[in-house]
Amino acid sequence: MTMAIQLNDVRFAYPEAPHHPVLNIKSWSVATREHVFIHGPSGGGKSTLLNLLSGMLTANAGQVSVLGERLDTMGGQQRDRFRAKHIGYIFQQFNLIPYIDAIDNIRLAHQFASNVRQYVLSDEVKSLLSAFHIPQADWYKPVAKLSFGQQQRIAIARALINKPQVLIADEPTSSLDQNNRDNFMSALMTLVSEHDITLLFVSHDISLANHFGRIDALSDINAAGKDN
Amino acid sequence: MFIRLASKSLLNRKGSALLTIMAMSVSIFVLLGVEHIRSQSKESFNSTISGADLIVGARTGSLNLLLYSVFRLGSPTNNIDWKTYQYVSANPKVAWSIPISLGDSHKGFRVMGTTTDYFKYFSYGKKRQLTFTHGKPFAKVFDVVLGSQVAKTLGYQLGDKIVLAHGIGKTSFSLHNNSPFEVAGILSATGTPVDQTVHVSLQGIKAVHTDLKKHIETYGRALTSEQLSELHPKTITAFMLGLTSRMATFGVQRDINNYRQDPLTAILPGVALAELWQMVGLLENTLRLISGLILISALLGLSAMMLASIKEREREIHLLRVIGAPAFFLFLLIQLEALLISFMSMLIGTTSLYLCLIMTRDLLATDFGLHIGLNILSYNNILLLLLVVSATVVVSTIPSFTAYKRANQSV
Repeated sequence: MTMAIQLNDVRFAYPEAPHHPVLNIKSWSVATREHVFIHGPSGGGKSTLLNLLSGMLTANAGQVSVLGERLDTMGGQQRDRFRAKHIGYIFQQFNLIPYIDAIDNIRLAHQFASNVRQYVLSDEVKSLLSAFHIPQADWYKPVAKLSFGQQQRIAIARALINKPQVLIADEPTSSLDQNNRDNFMSALMTLVSEHDITLLFVSHDISLANHFGRIDALSDINAAGKDN
Repeated sequence: MFIRLASKSLLNRKGSALLTIMAMSVSIFVLLGVEHIRSQSKESFNSTISGADLIVGARTGSLNLLLYSVFRLGSPTNNIDWKTYQYVSANPKVAWSIPISLGDSHKGFRVMGTTTDYFKYFSYGKKRQLTFTHGKPFAKVFDVVLGSQVAKTLGYQLGDKIVLAHGIGKTSFSLHNNSPFEVAGILSATGTPVDQTVHVSLQGIKAVHTDLKKHIETYGRALTSEQLSELHPKTITAFMLGLTSRMATFGVQRDINNYRQDPLTAILPGVALAELWQMVGLLENTLRLISGLILISALLGLSAMMLASIKEREREIHLLRVIGAPAFFLFLLIQLEALLISFMSMLIGTTSLYLCLIMTRDLLATDFGLHIGLNILSYNNILLLLLVVSATVVVSTIPSFTAYKRANQSV
């Protein structure tokens, strides 16, 4: 089985505190199409790990391979491009530019990934929004005017527009109520299965773990802060 | 897409963006306005008279003589004896001469007494001669020829009867009621003070100041037309000379300045105009400096507004980075927003300047003798607008670079 993600001897410390490593990962990998639930206490380095995988941060040492490409040897622009093309990202909140509408938000994400300039409303965007039960009347409203549940669903659509092979979700349900959370999770899981996407799902809410085939505790992966 | 993003982002910050646009618009309005009025008034002043080699008046400063004889501004200090005029114009080096007699007015417009030579020899701009839209030069004593602005403002047509007033106020109490004039001709617009002038013959001026009623009472009959046409004033205000050769100018000027019977001043119009602009030059540069400073302060305001916005937009910057925007994109986005503000301000500033000029140009022409064209986008002003664009780019480098740095550090 090919590995979607492969980390070897990765160390990371923020430049402000170079002697306090946040991450120290000997070896960790995620297979293609695997759905991994990662949990751990806040401040345990979850966001740092995700930032390394998306190329927002670079490791101080070690190898970070995503989809067979070495992020640690890429230049900044290459990583930006790689992230735009291959990695979808969903946060707890502020997933969308609030003052532009759903369609523009999705198009914007598409623009950074492709050289093609598309001025026409593509069917793809439309069908994605329909798939997430966003009523057509809401497509052209600034997303700040929509409900939070709707915004998070548009966020998945935005994250999927470039057909990423890897989707990273960083506490995406933490601001949703029970009903919206269930809707969100079922929509998400259906889509990632349909599109053969490798999913990394970070949350402190263990009750969501039953959607996943693999459950990792960050403290098991990360050796930083343990040795000394 | 990116322009949409930038403009929607500005719309999202309507309040501060609008205030910044207003500040910028005002500064561009002032900048272009000063430059436009400066160049237009210079052109308008310089094109007021051409062709005349010398202007002669009673002994006075050259600027004063220029102002009252050509621009109909201010008052003449003294008059010239008619005999002096005849003596000087008889000089063989003089090709033509135009006598000018000022001092009366008609509803706020100055009345100028002259001869028909005025319509033959007076020229303005690039040696353009006066032309008539209606009628012809005055032939009879009580004929009057109107400048285009006079006819337009007062709604006069050929054949209308008008009455002249003594003095130059708008409401003069001593109307020369007894001598009504008839409009014989209307001149085409020249863009010079000629447009605001009521022209009558010297005989007409004299007739106005002769009490014709008393004459009738004394002699029992009105003056015959022959008698009227023989009238000529005892004095005139100034006269213009055209010489047979340019070379003779300084010689004739010296002769006139040294004339013993009557203290006279002869000036070269071009030299006097240059002197005038030397004086105005200081004011001009001060105005330019002030408008430049206003622009700088508006641009700094723009920069400060953008910088403040970046602090509010950290999460937006992070999001853009995560969906794949290079850090340099944030630099460009802020630049684009600043340029959009700049372009909006240019549009508003230029349009409002244009509207203001349309509204005030008649007033400027009648009250200040300034003839301002409406073509704001002169070569100089386009250069100024390009300068504004590049200054915007330079000044907004500060917030743009801040956004770039934040984008790079954003995790």
